[in-house]
Amino acid sequence: MSFLDFSRITKTYPGVKALSDVSFGVGKGAVHGLMGENGAGKSTLIKILSGDQHADEGEIRIDGKVQAYASTRDAFDNGVIVIHQELQLVPELTVAENLSLGRFPASAGVIARGKMLEDVGAKLKSAGIDIDISRKVKTLSIGERQMVEIAKAIMLDARVIALDEPTSSLSSRESEILFALIDRLRGEGKVIIYVSHRLDEVFRLCDSLTVLRDGKLAAHHASLKGVTRDQVVAEMVGREISDIWGFRPRKAGDVRLKVEAISGEKLKAPASFEARAGEIVGFFGLIGAGRSELMRLVFGADPRSGGTIIVDGKAIHAADPHGAIRAGIVLCSEDRKHDGIIQGRSIEENINISSRRHHARFGILNRASEIATAETFIKKLKVRTPSRKQDIINLSGGNQQKVILGRWLSEQGVRVLIVDEPTRGIDVGAKAEIYELLYQLAEDGMAIVVVSSELPEVMGICDRILVMCGGRVSAELSRDQFDEKAILAAALPDTKPPTPSHPEDLT
Amino acid sequence: MTDQLKKILLGEQGLVVIFVVAFALVSLLVPNFLTDRNMLGLLQSVVTVGIVACTMMFCLAARDFDLSVGSIVAFAGMVAVMASNYTGSILLGLLAAIACGAFVGFINGVVIAKFRINALITTLATMQIVRGLALIASDGRAVGINSPDFYQLALSKFLGIPTPVWVLALLFCIFGFVLNRTVFGKNTLAIGGNPEASRLAGVNVDRTRIWIFALQGVVCGIAGILLASRITSGQPNAAVGLELSVISACVLGGVSLAGGRATMSGVIVGVLIMGIAENAMNLLNIPAFYQYIVRGVILLLAVLLDNLRSSALGRR
Repeated sequence: MSFLDFSRITKTYPGVKALSDVSFGVGKGAVHGLMGENGAGKSTLIKILSGDQHADEGEIRIDGKVQAYASTRDAFDNGVIVIHQELQLVPELTVAENLSLGRFPASAGVIARGKMLEDVGAKLKSAGIDIDISRKVKTLSIGERQMVEIAKAIMLDARVIALDEPTSSLSSRESEILFALIDRLRGEGKVIIYVSHRLDEVFRLCDSLTVLRDGKLAAHHASLKGVTRDQVVAEMVGREISDIWGFRPRKAGDVRLKVEAISGEKLKAPASFEARAGEIVGFFGLIGAGRSELMRLVFGADPRSGGTIIVDGKAIHAADPHGAIRAGIVLCSEDRKHDGIIQGRSIEENINISSRRHHARFGILNRASEIATAETFIKKLKVRTPSRKQDIINLSGGNQQKVILGRWLSEQGVRVLIVDEPTRGIDVGAKAEIYELLYQLAEDGMAIVVVSSELPEVMGICDRILVMCGGRVSAELSRDQFDEKAILAAALPDTKPPTPSHPEDLT
Repeated sequence: MTDQLKKILLGEQGLVVIFVVAFALVSLLVPNFLTDRNMLGLLQSVVTVGIVACTMMFCLAARDFDLSVGSIVAFAGMVAVMASNYTGSILLGLLAAIACGAFVGFINGVVIAKFRINALITTLATMQIVRGLALIASDGRAVGINSPDFYQLALSKFLGIPTPVWVLALLFCIFGFVLNRTVFGKNTLAIGGNPEASRLAGVNVDRTRIWIFALQGVVCGIAGILLASRITSGQPNAAVGLELSVISACVLGGVSLAGGRATMSGVIVGVLIMGIAENAMNLLNIPAFYQYIVRGVILLLAVLLDNLRSSALGRR
């Protein structure tokens, strides 16, 4: 029997079997990867581990003892800590306060500050985490905040630490620091559950690996020796995916979008670029390079202080999303939760929110036409859901992204589609579907702008790449000039030390 | 058995089920409750709260708040009486009242949407300003109605049912339709669900919010007119505390204070539950002081039920 044992875990949500009969074990001092497409059941399993949800059947054993948690707090006290994608820190408190929250050393309700700083400092030092504990959390970069989360686990002497997509918003430097810390924890005999979509990370870090598919155990590798990436991908999707990009050449037409010397509060240096009909233009850069800021200016999400935007030869004067959409420019934001989905409303309403005026006469809606549109896009984009009435919050990330794309495709007359991080947090199978969709749209004559932090992605799907660095476009390459080294070199600031990621990138 | 009961109570129509059960119980247990006379009295007693709840529902659904409704109702009633006394035309008086209500609501909306001032604070301010205006205009005294025709608004009946109740029913229908079947209604719910995402989806958030408050003003104007007609005068101190009753009724009806969730049927049930509770307590001669406690308890129970329902639906 292993140190941490999942035994026949089954969990059903209304309409979905999230997990069925999943069993596997992890030994002490091991980093165990947990992979699977969105909706495969990874998050549910982690939620059960953390005491947030209860399994309908089956049990979790640690060191041979059955664990039954009433709450996450209960799991905490038993040394099981889950670090979620959305970090759970109080921004206005200092690092030390965050780490002592709920367990302040105090007498008669007054916090013993000196003792708190001493305790926290000693713990972090022994774990090799180097952060000024008197700083407020809101002043930390996202990578540093992640460290604080892990420090929280160390403070509690956790036995099991689960990390859910920990690197999804970290720069590569920050990821390196994280990996070093994970190695150290492994050395101390902790059990680490590492949930990720990124194969390279899993292969680099993990000792063993479990793959889930449709709520079932698809594969369990006690060791990663001899296991290939293609094999894991095949286990995740249940079929072989030879070339996930599936690039095919397209013919570019006339210039659709022309952006001239545009600037705004968060993007001081004027930026210019153009995109042609049928073309997919990629924007690559490090986090904080100004790509998202530029796209938000083009879409009118932020006010612009200068420059012109021309679509099909016509200048656009409106500087709000409303005006941009009517001129045929749409934007899928990188932050789906904050800027994309309307929580608490149905898939149908989320699709129709923007194009609703096409279904209305004098403001009164034609329900039949709304429903038909929603059904069309649910089917066309293969949104996995029992019904169009499902609250969007219940969908997995990939399916939410499809709904947002459906929102824009249901707009008539879109000429320029801007997609910021089209596949962030999305599984391999859904990725290929989204790329295919982008190709079709380009072939139908749309100009498509893709912003991505994943170099293989921009190189895989784009006709042209613009590289941004420090708020400026630093290079432009056509497909025959694509070269990994050249692109990376243009993305890295040369004179200054690498810029830490922006605190704004947190949410 | 208990599972099934749970399913019914926590389902979409749980509140309606509870309402029907409560109604049946009260009918059986409280003497004189289920009589024509009492039923009409009950409906008339909820007219003001019900009318204002129609638009308060939109306000809450869009994550906003309006505390100024009580003052606007009193002020609009004042204006209706004084303007019709002055001009000798009831119609002009009514139009003036509605225009004044709309104006105050519009100001609320502009300050909240364009200047980005918290709705709670803004309407707390206008609540006092408008109450002050009503007191100044009347010098703090009630203003009598000159033309007896004005009384007829509240006294007249159609098919045996008083006009104000018809107005209430009509407004319930109109706003139920607006919420579910118009661009405006759906946009309101979307804004409450996620304002920033709605803006980026091309919804004109500011304009929608201004419209919501302006409509709220119009509806308060109507409520003010009917109230003035019923109490046969413009009272500067009328409808004090109305805002709390209206918000209670909405919350009872399942409208989420976090925005994004509202149904007209829920609000109607909420308004009626409040009305029935008060009516039954009056029939049973329960002293007014105890009635406050019962109302508070009902509200708490409703919110707890709503909370249970949310978690049963898997929303956290």
